[in-house]
Amino acid sequence: MQKSNSSSPCDTCPASARLEQMGLKLDNFDRVVALAGNPNTGKSTLFNSLTGLKQHTGNWPGKTVTRAEGGYVFNGVRYKLVDLPGTYSLLSASQDEEVARNFILFGQPDCTIVVTDATALERNLNLALQVMEITDKVVVAVNLMDEAIRKGITVDVRSLARDMGVPVIPITARTGEGMQTLLATVGDVISGQILTQPLRVEGTPEVQRAVSELSRQIEQLYPGTPNARWLAIRLLDGDERVQQAILSGEIAALVSDQQRADVSFSKKMAVAGRQ
Amino acid sequence: MNSSLTPQDILDRAEALRPQLSSGFRDEIVKSLYGEVERITRRAVQAGSEHKWDFDQRIDRLVTSPLLGLPIMLLLLAAVFWVTIVGANVPSKMIADALFFIEDQAAALFTQVGLPWWVTGFLWHGVYRGLAWVIAVMLPPMAIFFPIFTILEDLGYLPRVAFNLDWLFKRAGAHGKQSLTMAMGFGCNAAGVIATRVIDSPRERLIAILTNNFVPCNGRFPTLIMLATVFVAASFPPALASFAAAGAVVGVVLVGVFFTLVVSWALSKTVLKGEASAFTLELPPYRRPNIGRILYTSLIDRTIFVLWRAMQTAAPAGALIWVLGNISVGNLSLAQHTANFLNPFGVLLGLDGVIMLAYIIAIPANEIVVPTMMMVYMGVGMMTDMPDLGELRSLLVDGNGWTMLTAVNLMLFSLLHNPCATTIMTIYKETKSYKWAALSVVITLGLAFLVTFSTAAIARFFGGG
Repeated sequence: MQKSNSSSPCDTCPASARLEQMGLKLDNFDRVVALAGNPNTGKSTLFNSLTGLKQHTGNWPGKTVTRAEGGYVFNGVRYKLVDLPGTYSLLSASQDEEVARNFILFGQPDCTIVVTDATALERNLNLALQVMEITDKVVVAVNLMDEAIRKGITVDVRSLARDMGVPVIPITARTGEGMQTLLATVGDVISGQILTQPLRVEGTPEVQRAVSELSRQIEQLYPGTPNARWLAIRLLDGDERVQQAILSGEIAALVSDQQRADVSFSKKMAVAGRQ
Repeated sequence: MNSSLTPQDILDRAEALRPQLSSGFRDEIVKSLYGEVERITRRAVQAGSEHKWDFDQRIDRLVTSPLLGLPIMLLLLAAVFWVTIVGANVPSKMIADALFFIEDQAAALFTQVGLPWWVTGFLWHGVYRGLAWVIAVMLPPMAIFFPIFTILEDLGYLPRVAFNLDWLFKRAGAHGKQSLTMAMGFGCNAAGVIATRVIDSPRERLIAILTNNFVPCNGRFPTLIMLATVFVAASFPPALASFAAAGAVVGVVLVGVFFTLVVSWALSKTVLKGEASAFTLELPPYRRPNIGRILYTSLIDRTIFVLWRAMQTAAPAGALIWVLGNISVGNLSLAQHTANFLNPFGVLLGLDGVIMLAYIIAIPANEIVVPTMMMVYMGVGMMTDMPDLGELRSLLVDGNGWTMLTAVNLMLFSLLHNPCATTIMTIYKETKSYKWAALSVVITLGLAFLVTFSTAAIARFFGGG
C-alpha cells in the first residue's frame, strides 16, 4: 500500500500537476472516497472533473440512481471515488437512499465528501449531519460558490467548520476552483492529520437516555464500533435493514474488519449495494 | 466481547425501549436535526440581494403557471419535433445515398470476383443494408433531438414539467415523478424504466415501469414521422406540411400520455391499489448549459449508444429478412407467405399482414419496422431504400390499399404495442419478476389490439376504411 509522501519534490510544482485523472483504472487503489449530497448539487460534475470520466450530469433531481466509480491520484495516493445517488436524507428507504446509506455504512469509505449547494445550505446540511452521525471521516464541500456569489449570498465556511466539527471547503466544481484544497483536506482527514469531531444531534432527554442505553449495549457486543449511536437510533426507529444487518452478523464482520482497513470488503458491499 | 449478550438481545432491548419514547420518535429526531441545522446556517450564511432569485421565479411563474404551463410545454415539444423533422430530412437522404452507393459498388465487386449470388445477397443486401437503413433513418433525427433535449435537461426545465403534470398523475393514483421517467422514455424506454428508481413507493414505481412504453421512444419516432409526413402532411399545402407533421407527432404523444394516465389509474384501482404518495420536488435554479458537455452527453452517451444498440439488432434482422425474402415456396417468398397468413388478423385491426409481420420481426428493435414493411411490399428480397415521399405514398396507397385508417392505426399500434426485447429484459431486471415483465407485454399488446380494433370498427361503420 502506497503512503502519501508529503515531502515529495512536487510540492513546488503548480498545484494542478498533483492531480491525475485515472478514469476507470480501478485495479489498485489505496483509499475509497464516497461522494454524498442532495440531488442537483453538482456531485457528478465534481466526480467527472476528478476522474476525467463522463458520467452523465443533468439538471434534475434523481439523475444518478446507481453508484458510479472512478479513480484519481492525488499526491501519489490512488483514490477510488464513488459517486452516490443524490438524496435528501438517509432516513427513509427509497432505493436511491438505500444505495447511498448502505455504502456509507457498510462500504466503509475512508472518507465521505458531502457536496452541498451554497445557495441552499440549510436544506443541504441536513444530509451532512446525518452522514456525520454514521461516520467521523467527513469533509463538507460547499459547491456552487460562483452561483452564491452571483446571488450575493455569503457563506462563512470557518463558522460552519467550527459548528459542525468537520472541515468545510468552498469549491466551484464547474471551474475546478477549490479542488486542490478539497483533495488535500480529504487526504489529511484520512491520514489523521486532521481530527474531526462531528456534531451529533442530542434529542430530548428521554431519547438521549434510550439511545445511550442501547448504544452501550451495542458497544459491549461489538467493541470498537464507530457508529453505535447511529445503530441505536436506527434500531429504536425500527429500521429493518439495520435489524437484519445485526442478526446476520454483517455488522460484526464490519467492525472486526475495519481495524485492518481492508478494502476488499468494501468492494464486496459495493457490489451488493448496487443490487 | 460480552458473552451474555447476543444480537437478538439488542433487538429485544430496542423493542422494549421503543414504547417508552413518544410516538413521534422519528419526528423528534428530525425536528432536532432541523433545529441544529437552522442554528448553524443562521450563523454562517448571509442571504444577499434577491435579484437572481426574482428572475428565476418570474420564469417559473410563467412556465409552471396553471394557465400557461401546459400550452408552453406543448409548444416546446412541438418546436423540438418540428426542428427534428425539418432538420433530419436532408442529411438522412444524403447518408442513405452514400451508404447505398457503397452497397452497390461492393455487391458489384463481389459479383465480379465470382462469389455466388447468395453470399453477396446475404452480406450486402441483407446484413449491410439492414445496418445502412438504421443509420440513415435514425442518426440524423437523434443527432438533432438528443442535443435539444439535453439542453432542456441542463437548463432545468424537466422538473418543471413534472411539476406541471403532478396533479394529473395524482388523480391517476400515480407518482408525480413519473413524468420525469417518461421524459427519459422519449430517448429509450429501457432508460425510462431504469429511471423509475427515483420513485420511492414500490407501488407507484411499478405503475411507472408498466406504463413507460406508452411514450414513443426514439426507435419509433422514425415510423411516426414518416407516417405524419406521408399521410398527414400530404393533405396540407407544402408551406404548412412540416408544421402539420410536427403537430401530428405531438398528437400521438398526447394520446400516449392519455393512455399512460388511464392505465395508471386502472392499475392503481386494481392490482396496484393505493393512494398517491406526496413528494417534494426541488425546482433547481436555471443554469447556463455547458455546451461541450451537452454535445458529449447527447452525441456520445445517447446518440451513439442508442445507434449501436440498434445496429446490433438490425444486422441479424437484416439477415433474417433477406432469408425470408429469398427462399420461395411455390412462387411466393416465405415473407409473403407469412404476411398472407397474418393478413386476416391485420385487417381486423385496420392494418394488414405485412405490418403484422414487420412488428414480429421488429421485436428486438422497433427501428426496423418500416424497412421490413417496404421490403415485403416491393416484393424484392431485401430491405429497400426509401423512395422519395411521393413514390412512397403511391406505393402504399395505390399499390397496397393503404387508407388514412391504415396510417392512423399504424401510428396508434406503434405507440401502444409491446415493449422491445431490451425494455422487457430491463423490466424483468428492475422488478426481478417474470410476472410484471409479462404483464407489461399483456397490457400494452392488449391495449394496442383493442384500440386499433375499435378505431377500425368505427371507421368501417361510418363507411371509411
